[in-house]
Amino acid sequence: MSMLRVPVSSQDHVQGEVQAEITLVEYGDYECPHCAHAHPIVKRVQKHFGKRLRFVFRNFPLTQIHPQAQSAAEATEFAAAHGHYWEMHDRIFENQARLSAAFLLELAESLGMAAPDLRNALAEERYAAVVKNDFLGGVRSGVNGTPTFFINGYRHDGPFEYADLVSAIEARAGK
Amino acid sequence: MSQILSPGTAAPDFTLPIAPDKKISLRELRGKPVILAFYPADWSPVCGDQMALYNEILPEFQKFGAELLGVSVDGVWCHAAFAKDRKLRFPLAADFEPKGDVARKFGVYRGNDGITERALFVIDKNGVIAWSYLSPIAVNPGADGILQALEDLPE
Repeated sequence: MSMLRVPVSSQDHVQGEVQAEITLVEYGDYECPHCAHAHPIVKRVQKHFGKRLRFVFRNFPLTQIHPQAQSAAEATEFAAAHGHYWEMHDRIFENQARLSAAFLLELAESLGMAAPDLRNALAEERYAAVVKNDFLGGVRSGVNGTPTFFINGYRHDGPFEYADLVSAIEARAGK
Repeated sequence: MSQILSPGTAAPDFTLPIAPDKKISLRELRGKPVILAFYPADWSPVCGDQMALYNEILPEFQKFGAELLGVSVDGVWCHAAFAKDRKLRFPLAADFEPKGDVARKFGVYRGNDGITERALFVIDKNGVIAWSYLSPIAVNPGADGILQALEDLPE
């Protein structure tokens, strides 16, 4: 049974409270269609469990098959540095079909960040190490594709439709 | 049902095609660790399938000087098309004729289905199996076990 090897910390992007009974960690790729499919499902799961659950997203770009995945991940880290992580995260997944270098810059502008700053950050790979760190932690934890979910540290193997995730979380909660 | 070969067993040598005009023998790889990844079939319909994942993690395997070889019963032309599509940077061996012969020797052939199990082996530089793992066929085993096994190899 593969387990999350990198504990959730202040370095993570977290929605929810530290003391939440359930921690749901997703390793995902912004260009992966299955991750885009999972995106609204995660929102519903968060709504369903409310304060009982905190959600953490970590980068796992499959750069060999998804040419935009790395820069999209770096763009969210750039947004994080400007306090806009989750808006960037949501908008990329919601508009995955439009994902491109130009679209990332447009998104940054629309969230009140300077597009030239993002362009520079991507050019100098300012956030590449942060993304790589997520990726390597995922590898050591047994991430086996995207998305991979961990529920209270246990890798969730199997389908990730709403009902699947809810029942898997219920099964792990309170243990 | 045969048993997957366990650690401490000498890995059976084999020679398999990795391209229409190219073969690979396990013994040629002596002197460095070898990762054998048996998988059921090319073209599984997910992004992040097992081979795409290993392609991404390849630099981590290479830090240990390890060679990665994927093995399935698909033929060389199928492998070539698959590798091109997924931009794979490591060889895929065709256990095609006699079908599944190498998988049988490693104890990881599913006779009823005519495909190999999803199974991993880390073979040390002397050709001895250091670690093996049989995954449920539908579960991509990831790479954490491989990396741990490589880390645990003696210098």
